Amino acid sequence: MAANQFKANPIVAKSTQDMRKRTPEPSRLGAEDTSAAGVMDHDAAEEVDARLDPTQAVKDAQKRRFAELDRATLIDIYRQMLLVRRFEEKSAVAYSAGKIGGFCHLYIGQEAVAIGAISAIRKDDYVLTSYREHAHAIAKGMSPDSVMAELYGKAGGCSHGKGGSMHMFDKEVNFLGGHGIVGGQIPLATGVAFATKYKETDQVTLCFFGEAAVNQGAFHESMNMAQLWKLPCIYICENNQYGMGTSLERAMSFQDISQKACAYEIASEFVDGMDVLAVREATLRAVERARKTYLPTLLEVRTYRFMGHSMSDPGNYRTRAEIERHQERDPLKLFSTSLKEERIMSDEEMKNVDDEVREEVEHAVRFAEESPLPAAEELFTNIYADPIPKNE
Amino acid sequence: MAIVTMREALNQALREEMQRDKNVFLMGEEVGAYQGAYKVTKGLLEELGPKRVIDTPITELGFAGLGVGAAMAGLRPIVEFMTFNFSILATDQIINSAAKMLYMSGGQFNIPIVFRGPGGSAFQVSSQHSQALESWFAYFPGLKVVMPSTPADAKGLLKSAIRDNDPVIFIEQERMYGNKGEVSDDPEFTIPLGVADIKREGKDATIVARSLMVPVALKAAEALEKEGISCEVIDPRTIRPLDIKTIVESVKKTNRVVIAEESHPFCGVAAEIASEIMERAFDYLDAPVKRVSGVDVPMPYAKNLEDAAIPKVEQIVAAVKEVSYL
Amino acid sequence: MATQVIMPKLSPTMEEGQLSRWLKKEGDKVSMGEPLAEIDTDKATMEMQALGNGVLRKIFIQEGESAPLGQLIAIIGEPDEDISSFTNQAPASAAAKADAPVADAPAEADAPIVEKKEEAEEPKPAKPAETETPASGNGSHTPAPAAQPASGRLIVSPLAARMAAESGIDLRSVNGSGPGGRIIKRDVEGLITQQGSAAPTAAKKQTQLRAVPSPGQKSAINAPSAYRDEPASEMRRTIAKRLVTSLGPVPHFFLTTEIEMDRAAEMRSGINALDPGLKISINDIIIKVAAAALLQHPQVNASYQDKVVRYYEHADIGVAVAIEEGLITPIVRAADQKSLSEIANEVRELAGRARERKLKPEEFIGATFSISNLGMFGIDEFTAVINPPEGAILAIGAMSPKPVVRDNEIVVRQMMRVTMSCDHRVIDGATGAKFLQTFKKILENPLFLVV
Repeated sequence: MAANQFKANPIVAKSTQDMRKRTPEPSRLGAEDTSAAGVMDHDAAEEVDARLDPTQAVKDAQKRRFAELDRATLIDIYRQMLLVRRFEEKSAVAYSAGKIGGFCHLYIGQEAVAIGAISAIRKDDYVLTSYREHAHAIAKGMSPDSVMAELYGKAGGCSHGKGGSMHMFDKEVNFLGGHGIVGGQIPLATGVAFATKYKETDQVTLCFFGEAAVNQGAFHESMNMAQLWKLPCIYICENNQYGMGTSLERAMSFQDISQKACAYEIASEFVDGMDVLAVREATLRAVERARKTYLPTLLEVRTYRFMGHSMSDPGNYRTRAEIERHQERDPLKLFSTSLKEERIMSDEEMKNVDDEVREEVEHAVRFAEESPLPAAEELFTNIYADPIPKNE
Repeated sequence: MAIVTMREALNQALREEMQRDKNVFLMGEEVGAYQGAYKVTKGLLEELGPKRVIDTPITELGFAGLGVGAAMAGLRPIVEFMTFNFSILATDQIINSAAKMLYMSGGQFNIPIVFRGPGGSAFQVSSQHSQALESWFAYFPGLKVVMPSTPADAKGLLKSAIRDNDPVIFIEQERMYGNKGEVSDDPEFTIPLGVADIKREGKDATIVARSLMVPVALKAAEALEKEGISCEVIDPRTIRPLDIKTIVESVKKTNRVVIAEESHPFCGVAAEIASEIMERAFDYLDAPVKRVSGVDVPMPYAKNLEDAAIPKVEQIVAAVKEVSYL
Repeated sequence: MATQVIMPKLSPTMEEGQLSRWLKKEGDKVSMGEPLAEIDTDKATMEMQALGNGVLRKIFIQEGESAPLGQLIAIIGEPDEDISSFTNQAPASAAAKADAPVADAPAEADAPIVEKKEEAEEPKPAKPAETETPASGNGSHTPAPAAQPASGRLIVSPLAARMAAESGIDLRSVNGSGPGGRIIKRDVEGLITQQGSAAPTAAKKQTQLRAVPSPGQKSAINAPSAYRDEPASEMRRTIAKRLVTSLGPVPHFFLTTEIEMDRAAEMRSGINALDPGLKISINDIIIKVAAAALLQHPQVNASYQDKVVRYYEHADIGVAVAIEEGLITPIVRAADQKSLSEIANEVRELAGRARERKLKPEEFIGATFSISNLGMFGIDEFTAVINPPEGAILAIGAMSPKPVVRDNEIVVRQMMRVTMSCDHRVIDGATGAKFLQTFKKILENPLFLVV
């Protein structure tokens, strides 16, 4: 790669259409073909439903994915999902008890998305997401202790109690934050991808957001720049079908989100977000595209949150029956069933993992409880990196 | 030392800093092939190449956010707004992301970025293209706001802003790009942020002015000198953090102060400075602090109306006389 | 392991919730995330989801009841699990928990902010040495004598005021040349030049005297009084808390009447003459009469409890006793059942132990009605603050001879004014008035006590 990756300059290229015809660099050409194929990965709503009710082909694909992975990886994925589930359950309890303040958006039901996708990247890759981010933070390698302490608003939290539930950050593991404005993280992630390409590394950036963010201008502006400048950013739309209390149908004129990538000639896929290995596999394809060719991808991952939008959500906009229908495809349940069927893990081994993660979460709670409140001086620190002494 | 325009001084600052640090890049609408809507970025694309000088689509929120993200990952972006009027589209990323990232992350992610471009009134471009927005940005802890009034200040301050590790809002005045002045050609010439400059010394009254109002205030001081009133003209240069110390010291000496600004008066920077003076130098005031601000209306198009909306030398002269009980 | 279901925090501002509907009953199977109950919060009615798996073993609060955040409201456990430890401990531990997050946590969080704000305060513009001068400058502003216009307001620029104070110039003698006659720098400067240098010293002295008055100095000082801070005692804090909880949420209204006390006084001296050991006081009679009247007016012997009005069977009368650190109201339980001598002995005994701070909580918590008597201090009439959740309190003034009209003749009678404070949530005007009518009737004719 070199300067010629930056071809937005009108002197150099009149339009992408022209450029593709005139300068078909092999690597990019391949990716663009994938791009087209990607867009056509799925056709219509019926197919969406079909995927949620697995056909033999889907089942075969699931079997194949299992076969392709080693036992340790599978167990680790299961362990991560369980850890996140237990962590969020504990967060709910702590919030109910008034230990956690403000907003608290739980991830229960969506675990396969963060765990599956983040299992497909390297430690030095970047992750940015929205305010429903406890899971992504933990999956990216942040310690549950520092996440829980941040929820508690304690000095031991990753942001020393200044960010709270919506603003987890950890520079060590390249977790660049939970962001509180819907869609706000999308241009940021695009910029991180821009920086890795600028520095000529092969790092990729995963950008998670909910389906409601797709209606924001920030999403479309970012899509455009990412493909225009060929930025290695993977946009993962966690379509849990509700923006707070408003269903997708009530908020989006054309609801086939993965197809929106067509408008930008970005490769896209529709993924079953309850199947952790499917998410992982789709992300791997996108990661390869990004690493090798700096091309972005949009993944629409269909999932569902089992809890309210936040802990203060009355939840009167969806029926119990609807929630239960989705709970039949609880990602943890699906994966654990498969692990047993494939004889990867026994009941006893699962119980052991559960005991371990429970202890890990208990440890996080103890750590958060015992961690001191931020010192009073913290109020006035970290406003500027180069503070200018007050001119008294 | 050479006499150059403010446009050229800014261009020098950009060029020198981009040559100095390869992590600095420049992006914005028409900054490259077009050579800059106001020619501030002239020649940079040819010299530094398309990787470092990037023409963006008209997508202010998008590229402002992209810049902040790139800064999180270790680059030092300079984001040009063709005019600051368009930064209004990008305020979510400037305020919610850039200003607060370091704090929300408990000190982990500082954002070394410069958002720059012309602001304030231009010539007959009406309401949407003639706005002084400094009080918006200065409101937020986490942002630094700089407004130069001379070519030398423009160069020295822009270089400091680019080297600074925090988000800096750097507002140039559209009407001042052609103003000329002596500028150092030393690549290490910088002017620290947060330090006011006494543009003219005096003992009878203080005039605080920034950006476009500095030359106007200096003319007013000249006129008043002829009437035997000696005015001190202070240019804060950095609006946030404000060098209130220099202003207060001057007020203690002169006992009277006029604050001139081209922006609207309501909730403006002059109001803030007046309040600081009242708190810190109440017992030194011989007259109420007087503001001379732009008229509190959207900017009109018609030449005569536009002229009437922007403070003039005569208004500053009258204000100084008023606080001097003359 | 059993999961304790507590009243959850369902919104950032919620402090308590009302259980509007249980969606499961005891014995039902529940799983994580399943709706367990509907809770009315300050914001909305929300589903509370189960945060554990098992069987809903025990429900502690019924539909329509409220509970503070953190109170144990149910237990989820295995069908065969022993949950007796929770069911026993439930109320006590729940109350303790409930307080913590609601009351204490915000206080903790606020403290550093407040402190820090003070630390961060910009240094005052004037140095300590200078602070005296503006004070004297302000002193010169004081509405002025003859020389000044009728309004008396002296208009002076801050700078001129300071210069005048430093130079000992009386601004009242200065003609202001600024707008509206404002005295400005140049006006004072002119006088300073005239005055020479002697004046400032004198002025400084005067300033110092004014700023730091010596103890013996009796001249009018306009500055706020000096004070000293002493930590508030636990008792003082409790009084503060209780009374604030009262006047805040309890809508008080007041009824006053004047009572002729001659017969009650006669009765008192009559009884005490019978047995000098008895030592019945007028207050004892008032307690007895109040108890009797309360039994006739159960609407007054009542208290408003969130969502219910509680009527009491007996009149447990709280008697406010002033003690060194404050006051306490020991209770004469079932005063309606007791004889005057029993009441007298009990009050004496309780008051004695109250002064020694030896009362047990049950001896001063939970009266149904209270009486506060400041007659011994010569107070004619006053209003008292209700001690919640009681419905009313009777404030007794001093008994004193007054001319009154009886049978078209002016005669002197021992009169006493009483004021009842009523909680309007439970007692209405007429209800309270009728009670007071009965109270007055009996007290004026104490024979009714034995009728």
